[in-house]
Amino acid sequence: MAHQHDEHESHGSLKSYVIGFLLSLVLTAIPLIVVLNDLMEGTSAKVLLLGSAVLQFVVQLFYFMHLKEEKKPRYNLAVLLLGIAIVLTIVAGSIWIMTYNKVA
Amino acid sequence: MMGFWIFLITDCILFGSVFATFAVLHGNSAGGPLLSDMIELNGVIAETFILLTSSFTSGLAVLSMNRGDRKGLIGWLAVTAILGAAFITLEVTEFVKLVDEGVTIATSASWSSFYTLVGMHGLHVSLGLVWMAAIMLQIAKRGITPVTRRKVGIVSLYWHFLDVVWIFVFTIVYLMEVM
Repeated sequence: MAHQHDEHESHGSLKSYVIGFLLSLVLTAIPLIVVLNDLMEGTSAKVLLLGSAVLQFVVQLFYFMHLKEEKKPRYNLAVLLLGIAIVLTIVAGSIWIMTYNKVA
Repeated sequence: MMGFWIFLITDCILFGSVFATFAVLHGNSAGGPLLSDMIELNGVIAETFILLTSSFTSGLAVLSMNRGDRKGLIGWLAVTAILGAAFITLEVTEFVKLVDEGVTIATSASWSSFYTLVGMHGLHVSLGLVWMAAIMLQIAKRGITPVTRRKVGIVSLYWHFLDVVWIFVFTIVYLMEVM
């Protein structure tokens, strides 16, 4: 096959996939151990669980989806950031509004 | 690739809206069973590790493709699809069990939001399985061409995306409910 590269082609290496996989396994195991053994509770547990999920999201973006290797201009990153802003607005806004809308 | 990325982000917004619905409604059980009463983690933990592994193997498929290894590419795609099918089987088993025990999508707002969110992710995975099978057939027939390369790249990106969405489903719907 031709050796020319598509500009947007992913160039992942075995190393990056293995690192991403191992980090994801660890970041899945941590919240699991905490929940199964009741090690934490309340807000601190929620922060840990959501923090692990967000970290795993970042790990997969870099090691599996090759976001870091994107060439300038970084349109993919820009679209992603816009998407995250919209999602956070929808989720946080919904929770915020509905918290004060509950019939006691 | 760029166009597909934009699709993924809009799909993210769709999932975000359903997550928002879940966040608002998850406690409204109308006096019926709570999510935490019925959820069993064992199957879900298995699903999580299966999907994570399949995300990794879809990456290995792309690496085989970059080496020009057609057999490796089809093989790793097949492994990915089999793991995906195992994931769906476990999820369907979970749903069937829940319905048997009397909680359906019509039980209460909290169960409606549960089935909608988890089911929507399951439908995405099922669609990915059909798609992956079609691409495997194409590669078997036409080999690794610029067109099939692009398709493999896109389907593997889609698969990674579904794993990312599942991390949040697993954390927010399952772990945080059971906690």
